[in-house]
Amino acid sequence: MSDALLLSRLQFAANISFHILFPMISIALAWVLLFFKLRFNATGDEKWMNAYRFWVKVFALTFALGVVSGITMSFQFGTNWPGFMNTVGNIAGPLLAYEVLTAFFLEATFLGIMLFGFKRVSNRMHTIATVLVAVGTSLSAFWILALVSWMHTPAGFEMRDGVAHATSWMEVIFNPSFGYRMIHTMLASFLTVAFLIMGLSAYRILRNDVTPAVRASLGVGVIMAATLTPVQIFTGDLHGLNTLEHQPAKVAAMEALWETERGAPLVLFGLPDAESQSNRFAVELPGMASLILTHDMQGEVKGINEFPDAHPPVAPVFWSFRVMVGTGVLMLLMSWATAWSLRRKNRVPPLLLKGLVVMTFSGWIGVLSGWYTTEIGRQPFLVTGVLRTADAVTSVPAGNIGLTLALYLLLYAVLITAYVSVVFYLARQAGQAGSKTSEPTAHGPGVLARKAATEGGHA
Amino acid sequence: MLEQAPDLSTMAGWLPLAFMLIMGLAILAYVILDGFDLGVGLLLQLGNEEQKDTMIASIGPFWDANETWLVLGIGILLVAFPVAHGVVLGALYLPVALMLVGLTLRGVAFDFRVKAKDEHKATWDFTFFAGSLLASLAQGFMLGRVVTGFTQDLWSYLFACLIALGMASGYALLGSTWLIIKTAGDLQRHAIVWAKRSIVLLAAGVAAVSVATPFVSQRIYEKWFGLENLIVLWPIPAMTVVTFLIAYRSLSRLPERLDQDRHDSEWIPFASTVAIFMLAFHGLAYSLFPYLVMDKLTIWEAAAAPESLLFIFVGAIIVLPVIIGYSVFAYRVFRGKATDLSYY
Repeated sequence: MSDALLLSRLQFAANISFHILFPMISIALAWVLLFFKLRFNATGDEKWMNAYRFWVKVFALTFALGVVSGITMSFQFGTNWPGFMNTVGNIAGPLLAYEVLTAFFLEATFLGIMLFGFKRVSNRMHTIATVLVAVGTSLSAFWILALVSWMHTPAGFEMRDGVAHATSWMEVIFNPSFGYRMIHTMLASFLTVAFLIMGLSAYRILRNDVTPAVRASLGVGVIMAATLTPVQIFTGDLHGLNTLEHQPAKVAAMEALWETERGAPLVLFGLPDAESQSNRFAVELPGMASLILTHDMQGEVKGINEFPDAHPPVAPVFWSFRVMVGTGVLMLLMSWATAWSLRRKNRVPPLLLKGLVVMTFSGWIGVLSGWYTTEIGRQPFLVTGVLRTADAVTSVPAGNIGLTLALYLLLYAVLITAYVSVVFYLARQAGQAGSKTSEPTAHGPGVLARKAATEGGHA
Repeated sequence: MLEQAPDLSTMAGWLPLAFMLIMGLAILAYVILDGFDLGVGLLLQLGNEEQKDTMIASIGPFWDANETWLVLGIGILLVAFPVAHGVVLGALYLPVALMLVGLTLRGVAFDFRVKAKDEHKATWDFTFFAGSLLASLAQGFMLGRVVTGFTQDLWSYLFACLIALGMASGYALLGSTWLIIKTAGDLQRHAIVWAKRSIVLLAAGVAAVSVATPFVSQRIYEKWFGLENLIVLWPIPAMTVVTFLIAYRSLSRLPERLDQDRHDSEWIPFASTVAIFMLAFHGLAYSLFPYLVMDKLTIWEAAAAPESLLFIFVGAIIVLPVIIGYSVFAYRVFRGKATDLSYY
């Protein structure tokens, strides 16, 4: 692999890994905020508005990080992957254009009204603005996932002189893996938010900041997590079967199956070794991979050997997949345990609360490991069967790429640290404001009141 | 100027032209809209604690949507002229990266300054300023590189640095005249002083760039100083000079009028600054057309397939008026003097 290729891949991975963290929160959090607002409109119960007030701050911060990291993404194609647009620009271009036109402006413009317009527009208009922001974030996911899915399972196009031309936009957008990926990703977003809400609520409860708003938020998070985690596991299975049909090499890498065989074992643990084309220290369940993938203990599953020079690296895909599944299982256990103790005892034991705090950002781990599974699993192609990653890379000198990569990594390390610590700081601060002033919108002298009044002096 | 164009009645002829127009409008909208909030960022450190909050509040509800115009402009370059996107952004690799770092820093500083601990606020304010400065200079530098067609010699780089300084002065002028509209009292008086300083810098910058441009590009020289063109084109520099004079005069008179509690002319400096940007943009567009990469790549050579362009075009002419409509609505919601930003 050339230096420019390796560095460009690392840079793209760094940028998109950083970027995806924030939309994965803002997409579902927008809908949760709308839910809080609608509950308040319907019941008049102040706790829903208090929950809204706290979470809208987290939302604003998250949204800002998503916007700025998203701008970086829009430049990456040209700076590092000119071959991508040269070959499939006729497909990717319109999908990206529709994302900007139908989603970006909508969410960015109404975000201003949603955040700062509460006193300037009617309650109805404010609710509409909140709806439009939520619709905008989800529409944005729709277009970008249509493009990502098309790169995995391209359809509705023909190649003329080495350039892709669309023949059916419906087939391009609703390509074979799109539906599965869309649902799987949206659910991932809701689970990420569910654990974020549970984690921060648990953190506040552990600090004796047990207001009705905190309890209501915890309840919403628990219900989301406990119901959606099993749905997500089921959807993930369907997505996997879809991948088996269209990208068998990826599944072979996920399961670390080097040779095609009947009654293929499920490798629970092992160290995939590309050199010897085998797994060292493997712990296997005989026939189980065949059972899961073909629903027959003796079914035939294709191995890596079927795809010479066209299969992904096995170890990273194998491990990412296991981290994702492990996160999912842990999410299931934690959410059910919390739901069970809330139902039985109407409280959550401290140990479980601490566990929830630890899992505040567990959604990110699930998202990133899932993302790596599917994206590394597509290699060596950028667009399956159409364009190889190595053929799309820039001719910019490797030194320049190394420089910018270092710059981005440093920036991202600082920003992630700042984000996580500020989110927890906001939770602590909300507790202090709540205990010292009973009125959440307190005006008057004093640091806290001033802080509350100019909150978001910002955005 | 259309001699390089294919038959304009074909899709391959008029669609690239239409997209160049949309891209031009998006970039102009970006430069003016994000220009004023970048400008406020450039000036931020000049205010005291309370004034900083007001300055931020004056751009708070808008900056997000303003930056989206950049994504649209670059997005159209990417989707309508994919070949040029690779060439242009490849050539501008480092300044693009610096601009992105600048935009990232200021975008997040905006949020962190009030959400982080109080003792970190000054650091985030400085970050907001520094990010705005970095982004402004990088954008000007990139413009300079585009005008010279990425020529690799000392003069071209010096020329790009000159435009970078001019761009920052221009944004500072947009920012300070925006503050004149959105603020009152001491801050407004300060903004008038800042505006007067910026306009002098900008005038010097525009004059220097206008004189230098024809010399760094032979083609631009021929375009502007060919006899028939000279007659048609003189209104552009003439109107620019007049607009500068209007802006300066209005700034000079404003303190006196404010003393008399007359606020009806507060908008004139901002409006004339916008006019200056539009005129400069127009002159620049004329200089470059029909090239996306000076002397190397025309809009028709760089365009994507007509059927893909048509698919986007249909969406764009439906959606763009809607976007403009709700953007105007959002600006109307937050019209008048800036008040403290509050979520509820």
